[in-house]
Amino acid sequence: MEQKQTAAGAQVGPLLLKVEGVTKSFPGVKALSDMHLELRPGEVLALVGENGAGKSTLMKLLSGIHTADEGRFFLNGEPYEPQSPKHAQELGISIIHQEFNLMPDLTVAQNIYIGHEPRSGSFFLNERKLNAQAKRLIERLHLSLEPKWVVGELTVAKQQMVEIAKALAYDARVLIMDEPTAALNDREVEVLHDLIRRFAQPDTGVIYISHRMDELKVISDRITVIRDGRYVGTVNTSETTMKEVISLMVGREISVEAKPEGVQEDREVLLSVSGLSTKHLLKNVSFDLKKGEILGFAGLMGAGRTEVARAIVGADKIESGTIRLRGEEVNIKSPADAAKYRIGYLSEDRKRYGLLLQQEVNANIGLSSLQELFQSFGFMKDKAIRAKSTEYVKALRIKTPSIAQTTRNLSGGNQQKVVIAKWLVKDCDILIFDEPTRGIDVGAKEEIYRLLNDLAQQGKSIIMISSELPEVLRMSHRILVMSEGRVTGQLSADEATQESVMHLATLRPDENPEDAAELGLDESDLVATATTTKAGSP
Amino acid sequence: MTASTLTPEKKEHHTATEAIGTTLRERLQQFLAFASLIVIVVFFWAMSPNFLNFSNFTAILFSTVVIGTLALGTTFVIITGGIDLSIGTGMALCAVISGVLIVNTGLPVAVGVLGAILFGGLIGFINGVNIAVFKLPPFIATLAMMLVAQGLALVISGSAPIYFTDDPSYSKISTGNIVPDVPNAVIILAVLAVVSAVLLNKTILGRYTYSIGSNEEATALSGINTRKWKIVIYTLAGLFIGMAGVLISARLGSAQPATGMGYELQAIAAVVIGGTSLTGGKGSIVGTVIGALIISVLNNGLQIMSIPQEWQNVILGCVIIVAVYADMARKRAA
Ligand SMILES: Nc1ncnc2c1ncn2[C@@H]1O[C@H](COP(=O)(O)OP(=O)(O)OP(=O)(O)O)[C@@H](O)[C@H]1O
Ligand SMILES: [Mg+2]
Repeated sequence: MEQKQTAAGAQVGPLLLKVEGVTKSFPGVKALSDMHLELRPGEVLALVGENGAGKSTLMKLLSGIHTADEGRFFLNGEPYEPQSPKHAQELGISIIHQEFNLMPDLTVAQNIYIGHEPRSGSFFLNERKLNAQAKRLIERLHLSLEPKWVVGELTVAKQQMVEIAKALAYDARVLIMDEPTAALNDREVEVLHDLIRRFAQPDTGVIYISHRMDELKVISDRITVIRDGRYVGTVNTSETTMKEVISLMVGREISVEAKPEGVQEDREVLLSVSGLSTKHLLKNVSFDLKKGEILGFAGLMGAGRTEVARAIVGADKIESGTIRLRGEEVNIKSPADAAKYRIGYLSEDRKRYGLLLQQEVNANIGLSSLQELFQSFGFMKDKAIRAKSTEYVKALRIKTPSIAQTTRNLSGGNQQKVVIAKWLVKDCDILIFDEPTRGIDVGAKEEIYRLLNDLAQQGKSIIMISSELPEVLRMSHRILVMSEGRVTGQLSADEATQESVMHLATLRPDENPEDAAELGLDESDLVATATTTKAGSP
Repeated sequence: MTASTLTPEKKEHHTATEAIGTTLRERLQQFLAFASLIVIVVFFWAMSPNFLNFSNFTAILFSTVVIGTLALGTTFVIITGGIDLSIGTGMALCAVISGVLIVNTGLPVAVGVLGAILFGGLIGFINGVNIAVFKLPPFIATLAMMLVAQGLALVISGSAPIYFTDDPSYSKISTGNIVPDVPNAVIILAVLAVVSAVLLNKTILGRYTYSIGSNEEATALSGINTRKWKIVIYTLAGLFIGMAGVLISARLGSAQPATGMGYELQAIAAVVIGGTSLTGGKGSIVGTVIGALIISVLNNGLQIMSIPQEWQNVILGCVIIVAVYADMARKRAA
């Protein structure tokens, strides 16, 4: 697969795809200027750059969603001018967008073949053929999906699988993946990488966008770096270090925060959860959160970490168990209630629960704190909101032409930063961050880590849920590991290693945890030992 | 995505059971709507034994026809996440058009009927263009059309009813009995319901109806011309407006230009009682038919019990709230 010449060297044979001098502006934003990119046949080309660098915009041009202001595309040496997503698809370009583009009310099979459904005549559907076709595709790709599952009821990870199946359903020559792994855990990432390797043929190519530096090394042949909409350079993956790539990406040094100091044992316990159970998943979850502590939640997708958060803030019903705040039992019935107790929850699904996409950036940042900070006698204090927003746009390096920009127009990572800003503005005692750095670039991650550390130092307590283990290991004073709705162990910052956490995260009665959970097996006996010995003993 | 209160992690847990249970659950949902219909029928039967005799039974079906026809077309629109407020007055306008063509112009009945139906299609087409091309919110576009149609019906008819007394064959469209003892209108509604169900479940039109309502942007990104299909769907709803116009004027023997207002809300209520979600993506024809039946059974039963019209509306309003609440509670529980 690896080509003979260096990245800058002359090209033998035609390029699969070539981007030449492409420029694209949106009102107030120059998203791309004079961008270049070359995709060779048979390779996986990673495209990296900071949030708002223009990666998704380039992909949207390639797939015919937007049209370029200037510049040209070539597909197999022929000029290529996509008119619409359909047109691009017909010419063999398939794309998995950064944000999900699925129809939640339709089934897996219906989603995969939307627009290409097998028909009898030209108007009538052939549902049986559709399902059979989908079944074959799913088997060919080794995905754990069923054609008749309703997509809206699937996990984020499974939905991602549907997106992948949809992109691979047609004979694509060029497959573009815009942050396909942002929502996946390590195991699922491996499945995806496997698929990509199987997809890669001598005459096909993959453009792969990701902020997870560790996976670039594994999956890509070459890496193209983009900064502020401009082409910076291309390197062969085997001949570079991630450090070099990062410095190309950000064009400045990024300081890496040291691992935070451990919290003294005798700190006041702020939040104490004991015996928390919910109808569907959680079983007897207990833990303490101390003042000024960052408590990491590790576990596989589906372990129940989000459930714990949602149960605490009253978004889901609790079956049994108690929650104590500073020793006093509280009954939190809704997120609004939680806010009164100064508990904030940043949801993992920003599009659904985190943002008002049609509203301005500053409206989003001020939203959670309107009541306390930004009103007098019911009138909004616009000036204060704008001042605060400006402050956080700077602090988090949110890339936007103005704080009055419609949030929908921000890049994916920058939208995520807006959600974070919203919760940082609000003066909470306890902050629960669910996958806070999803889709955020390396540089900005450091800024967020620094802010979290600052908050902890100020005496705020933070629960951090993350699927990226290195992040949990680095940020947490203490790590709580969950598996299948139970706490399987708690580790101090010193004891915790990749291996010890993974061991606890995979403690389960059965080879396949999802199947076990789905079948409703009661695995209490099997992990009970781990739970009782470890839980509640930090 | 349409709202669902489940978190992804939570879903993982019972994905398989849910997915397998989906069709079952849909059945159940319709079954429950059907069960409430039965309960209401039994209640009225207990209150007044006359309720269930054959002639009253046909009367109920007959009174379902107009709202049912409108509701069928609107089901498509509502599944896309849209709304159509112009169906009531649009229906009156189509009736007037039919009258003008047949009575005032003297064209054959068949031509008049076809003209009225196509005119309904035109109303829907204009709605569709306003919504899909000029991006007007469906509520606004069809609210405007509601007013336009109401005004035009009065203008064209000179604010006076048009009587079809010289064309007895026209009335037969609704009141004739091809099948003994069953009014033709009922047969027509049944046929329309079957055709709608086939369109919605077995054709690409139906698939794209659900798809647009489920996630319009994603549908467009999948390479589907959502603009075209939205126009098609509103036009289809318009054809139903036209047919309702014919059916109501044939039944009354006259085109009443001042009526129509209020039918749109009853039709929408029927769709909603039938379990179709106003946020789009979900719904069924069976549900809509049951919803329309519930409304006319209520109207009829309350009349038989001599409950005044004003109170009938109060009760209908309560039924809508209970029906939709029960539907939501069921979905939450699932
Ligand atoms: N429709 C739009 N209207 C206005 N500005 C836009 C629009 N789409 C993108 N932009 C702007 O263009 C720039 C590039 O955005 P793009 O989505 O391509 O970034 P990205 O590299 O994909 O970032 P991320 O890593 O966060 O996904 C950003 O500043 C963004 O705000
Ligand atoms: Mg992007």
